[in-house]
Amino acid sequence: MTSLSAPLASPAADLPPPERDWTAYTTAEDGGRRRLELAVEGITCAACMGDIERGLKRVQGIASARVNLASRRVVVVYDPGALVPDRILDRMKAIGYPAQPFDPAARRDGRSAESKRLLKCLGVAGFGGMNVMLMSVSVWSGNVTDITAETRDFFHWMSALVAIPCVAYAARPFYESALAAIRRRAVNMDVPISIGITLAMALSVVNTLTHAHEAYFDSALMLLFFLLLGRFLDENMRRRTAVEAETLATLRADSAVRMGEDGTLTEVPVSRIRVGDRVLVRPGERVAVDGIVRVGTSEIDTSLVTGETTPATVRRGDMVHAGTLNGFGNLTVEVTAAAEGTLVAEIERLIAEAQSAKAGTMRLADRAAKAYAPIVHSAAALTFLGWMAVGVHWNEALVIAIAVLIITCPCALALAIPAVQVVAAGRLFRNGILLNAGDGIERLAAVDTVVFDKTGTLTSPEPRLLNAASVPADALARAGRLALGSRHPLARALAKAADASDPFDAIRETAGEGVHAMHDGETLRLGSLAFCAVEDDDAAEVRDAHPSASLIAFREGSRAPLLFALGQSLKSDAAETIARLKQRGCAVEILSGDRTPAVAEVARALDVAEWRAEVDPTAKIARLETLKAEGRRVLMVGDGLNDAPSLAAAHVSLSPVTGAHIAQAASDAVFLGERLAPVAVALEVARAARRLMSENLAIAVVYNALAVPIAVLGYVTPLIAALAMSGSSLIVTVNALRLRRVAKPPAAAARSTASGAPATETPA
Amino acid sequence: MNVLVYLVPVALGLGLLGLAGFMWSLKHGQYDDLDGAAWRAIQDDDIDGDGDGGD
Repeated sequence: MTSLSAPLASPAADLPPPERDWTAYTTAEDGGRRRLELAVEGITCAACMGDIERGLKRVQGIASARVNLASRRVVVVYDPGALVPDRILDRMKAIGYPAQPFDPAARRDGRSAESKRLLKCLGVAGFGGMNVMLMSVSVWSGNVTDITAETRDFFHWMSALVAIPCVAYAARPFYESALAAIRRRAVNMDVPISIGITLAMALSVVNTLTHAHEAYFDSALMLLFFLLLGRFLDENMRRRTAVEAETLATLRADSAVRMGEDGTLTEVPVSRIRVGDRVLVRPGERVAVDGIVRVGTSEIDTSLVTGETTPATVRRGDMVHAGTLNGFGNLTVEVTAAAEGTLVAEIERLIAEAQSAKAGTMRLADRAAKAYAPIVHSAAALTFLGWMAVGVHWNEALVIAIAVLIITCPCALALAIPAVQVVAAGRLFRNGILLNAGDGIERLAAVDTVVFDKTGTLTSPEPRLLNAASVPADALARAGRLALGSRHPLARALAKAADASDPFDAIRETAGEGVHAMHDGETLRLGSLAFCAVEDDDAAEVRDAHPSASLIAFREGSRAPLLFALGQSLKSDAAETIARLKQRGCAVEILSGDRTPAVAEVARALDVAEWRAEVDPTAKIARLETLKAEGRRVLMVGDGLNDAPSLAAAHVSLSPVTGAHIAQAASDAVFLGERLAPVAVALEVARAARRLMSENLAIAVVYNALAVPIAVLGYVTPLIAALAMSGSSLIVTVNALRLRRVAKPPAAAARSTASGAPATETPA
Repeated sequence: MNVLVYLVPVALGLGLLGLAGFMWSLKHGQYDDLDGAAWRAIQDDDIDGDGDGGD
């Protein structure tokens, strides 16, 4: 794909290679050094780490190179005076790990800070909990033997000394979230948690002052510790997903070649491109921006935008969209904003509408919180009034009522759903599915209808050789070596199919027609049918066999020409996945923007009865609305710009990693790899997770049903509170771990999907 | 039991030391790459002392 350095007379060779604008990719370090972060393909083990670090450290001017094995990134600090960073990328490629620099402007790394903060709180709560528990155990055993009142007071005071600052620090995430909810006039699970913790602390301080036998400092801290643990694991899982998504986005190499006033070319991250800039799109590259063609003529493959698989011709004045694939010609594109009436503006409007229509689906955990808080708080109030009614002093009645609130503090309930979510997200991650939306799992579990886009989703995004079986292998190998001389997407696909790596010498390209070279005294020609002088009648047989394919011809000397049919083929496991979904009771449908014959062919091959072709974004949404009105929960799977609004409108959505950015941003999860199996896996994991969530909620309710009467009757001691609260949390967490039995990834497959997913369009 | 008056603060002090250690390690990025650190320990190409630990 990248070995196109052969001397060719293609138009690209007439232009000087662009220079990268390195200040846009690096950040300043101490001592005038620059820091460069790279996303690396193919880091799998510790040996890779050693290779890369040793390999880079030998380069003059590199101050340090450090691989992060967990996130598969490399941080290089170098001296800009002694080294041009292109050397670093060359070096990485030479040692077998092609890398792409991160764009610092596109970082969205808020997650790391949040998970670090939770880890700090967790450390503080752990420290406090352990020490206070140590003293509490002494008091509990002392209370049933011969502890003196002074010793007990001393332990209580010491506990207070540790617990008050620890709680003040570690409970902040809960207090802040509870406050925010109250300001919005809503109730979330953090409100009862905050109330419970505050009351437990207040009651304990009062008990300490009044020399009582019991204090609840340990309960408050242990509760915090468990809750923080759950929350940290949840946040950590999200952070890992976000990091992985960022690495994948970087490996897609979203840079653009900007043309300066004086015709100089610089390669810059897309985030640096402004409206009005002129951008050069070379043959075989994806267009990175929306704009109007100013110079050049070419063919554009718009399958990622409209689902249409037949290339469209563009010339001066035509609009091109980000995500389309350039064919044979150089294009100079002037960047335009998403103006009224363009496809992109229309898509963005539809997405916004779909998203606002969908707001208001409530998460399971919030529903539980909403039901839970009033019940518990009124139970506590009734307890207080009841004890007053039977003639107990108000002071004692209040203590019992507070005990009810402490013991019902929703530890198990607050962990019941996050614990399952963490395990489920981990399962999905290992199967190559990255969740964007926190409540995606719950929504996935409810799905009963799956709607697929065709192009790029059911079929492979890149064209493939369809008639490999009917072509002699040695001729294919020669055609592949010749194809290496062209950047045209079809030529690239042919070269890939032939597994060619050694281009012929002196390949000459005629833009838009084909390539030719001399080999063993014969002229080899590869290109359009006309270029190889193939009559239409000769092509009829192959054309009939592959009606939706593009044909290219190959002629060696005066021998009979060979025809290659290149087109989109079904993903290897598409039929199997569709069957698996049907078996799980899902209705399957295809909605495509492509022409009717192409869609009909795929629907027939996959045995899908319900399909629609030539559907535009608005019609796709309309179809989803119809399904919704029938009471169905739709999972939309799509990759194109034209799918983005329906991805946002569907109950839940998935997008392959090869999809358009905007489609990925609009969907709830992204799946990696060339296969379709993750769709079925996601559904299976989500359903199992949903079942476990319900079980966990039931456990939490049973726990409360047992604990509340004990508390209402006034029998709760700190020992019982500690045992009951920790016990229920542990049961809920262990139950969530049972999800690990579902969808075990085959170890090797998980590795390859996680690392080698995107087929990047790296410009040579 | 008067000895408790010394022992409990000493125990708490030791606990605080542990907490301070944890906070230090967190601040210095010791948890950023748990997979890599495990392997780094058994590699010996840092013998000529170019300070491969910590960022």
